[in-house]
Amino acid sequence: MTDHVQQTTPPRRPSRLARWRQSDLWWSFTHKPSAIIGAVILTFLIVTAFAAPLIAPQNPFDPAQLELWNSELPPIWEADGQWPYVLGTDTQGRDMLSAILYGSRISILIGVASVVLSLAVGLSLGLVAGYFGRFIDNLLMRIGDVLLSIPTILIAILVSAVARQMLPPELRDVGSAAVLVLAITLSAWVQYARTVRAQTIVERGKEYVQAARLLKTPARRIMLKHILPNTLTPILVAATLNFGMAILTEATLSFLGIGMPPSQPSLGTLIRLGNQFLFSGVWWVVLFPVVQLCLLVVSVNLLGDWLRDALNPKLR
Amino acid sequence: MIVFLIKRLANAVLVMLAVALLAFLIFRFAGDPVELMANEQMSQADRIELREKLGLNDSFLTQFGRFVGNAAQGDFGISYRNGQDVMKLIAERFPATMELALVATVLSLLIGLPLGVLTAIHRGRWYSEGLQFVSIIGVSLPSFVVGILLILVFAVTLGLVPAFGRGDVVQFGWWSTGLLTASGRASLLLPSLALALYQITLVMRLVRAEMMEVLRSDFVKFARARGVPRWRIYFRHALRNCLMPVVTMTAMNFGSLIAFALITETVFQWPGMGMLFIQAVTFLDMPVMAGYLCIVSFIFVTLNTLVDIAYAVIDPRLRDATR
Repeated sequence: MTDHVQQTTPPRRPSRLARWRQSDLWWSFTHKPSAIIGAVILTFLIVTAFAAPLIAPQNPFDPAQLELWNSELPPIWEADGQWPYVLGTDTQGRDMLSAILYGSRISILIGVASVVLSLAVGLSLGLVAGYFGRFIDNLLMRIGDVLLSIPTILIAILVSAVARQMLPPELRDVGSAAVLVLAITLSAWVQYARTVRAQTIVERGKEYVQAARLLKTPARRIMLKHILPNTLTPILVAATLNFGMAILTEATLSFLGIGMPPSQPSLGTLIRLGNQFLFSGVWWVVLFPVVQLCLLVVSVNLLGDWLRDALNPKLR
Repeated sequence: MIVFLIKRLANAVLVMLAVALLAFLIFRFAGDPVELMANEQMSQADRIELREKLGLNDSFLTQFGRFVGNAAQGDFGISYRNGQDVMKLIAERFPATMELALVATVLSLLIGLPLGVLTAIHRGRWYSEGLQFVSIIGVSLPSFVVGILLILVFAVTLGLVPAFGRGDVVQFGWWSTGLLTASGRASLLLPSLALALYQITLVMRLVRAEMMEVLRSDFVKFARARGVPRWRIYFRHALRNCLMPVVTMTAMNFGSLIAFALITETVFQWPGMGMLFIQAVTFLDMPVMAGYLCIVSFIFVTLNTLVDIAYAVIDPRLRDATR
């Protein structure tokens, strides 16, 4: 009898969390150790980077806090190490741990901004090209072909170098982050545009889109509400992997001296500054930023690798 | 076939024209060429004369046409920094970069192929899984980080090999090589390894994926049934069928290897084209930047076109597929 009563009440829709815990994605995540390791490391790095003003022993951007007699201190576990300079100090007495935390924040922010901007540019151009076809499609894809014909790192270097030159000198420090985002976006949007375009062409021919068109749904609405959600799976994977790529490109440009200036150092800038002292035995000023950068990129790529396999219908 | 050939070549020419336009825009509009060339003492009249002499008063199309015409003959003008001919500067540095990229390619095949085969036939063993994991790290590490770590370990700590420069080189006409001297070979070791690491992981992963597919095919099963020795199946039968994509990837990636060499060259102070380019970028030496961009893109586009054409020769189906 009680069974019967229970069956007549409509089954409650499980909460979002419960549905997420039931999903294939969650299952594959919990069964892939490398993905869990990646997620844990990445979360830790992001949290510590953004909590930098609270937890860092020193504000590395404030010259008043730098003391030259504390310069070139080795990490705490070496004989001359000094509290609170856990990872030692650089030649200007800057605490390495603080510099790395603040630097990671800059690197992560530039990475996120470039991925968001390339997504915005790539998705909209890809949708428009795939939906309208003809002339726009041809034009956009030719531009993409040309961009793909030049090694991406060259595009980023050229854009970054030339754009910095165009900036008025007083804006150079503030503007370099924006220039980097622009440079990375310019070399990254093509991939999204191509993926979305190919998917859009497939979706455009399907019945639900034709139905929406018959109902005189505006093209913008069809593209954004009907087609876009169906193209997002491969984009999610590409965006994750590109986040790692963007951080790397930023670090490379900063390392080459055409990225973030020493007054606003990202991880790449820290590595460039430390690299000058590679032979003077001050190994900690270069090694720790290198380790941090590697941890950051490897954890992102581990997650990307898992997503690619988990969302690939062929591997199910 | 001829139609395909013409279309493919026309496409390559169009891309090169677009690159040339980009190089021209940088040269012409990122900073005023006259201001960058002129020294302090130059009078206003001299500047106007220089502007006229450089043809900067002509129409945009005339100037661009002249730029393309000169570039096609290998004339990119004169470096702002030291007044030397850009083409001569690049030609001097060209052998160093080519040597680095070629040795890196050879290394990537020598190391990547056996590792790929090994991880494919011993799938699931701890060392295969370990190599797979290491390969993710290899893909994630930026090349300058690899370079710095190699220097830190092998040059600073162990002191085994020199960390920068090219060592002694032997000159053959306009080509210089470090392969014939002991110091040249020692200096080449770290940079080429740093440049090759990414490529090694790519080759390894590609060979592994292809091998796993081929090993499931019927002809391998048949060879097993016939009692062909294992190593012969792996290396003579299976690996041969994996080589096509590996060769394609190696050829296509050679262009980006040359481009990425600029980072390796900066780390190791390797006197190649890439370092010339980075110096040009920091000094805003536009003609050198434009020249380097055109030459590297030319190598890139040529390789891609050749690979495409080679594919069409081998597989006729592709001729119609690529419109």
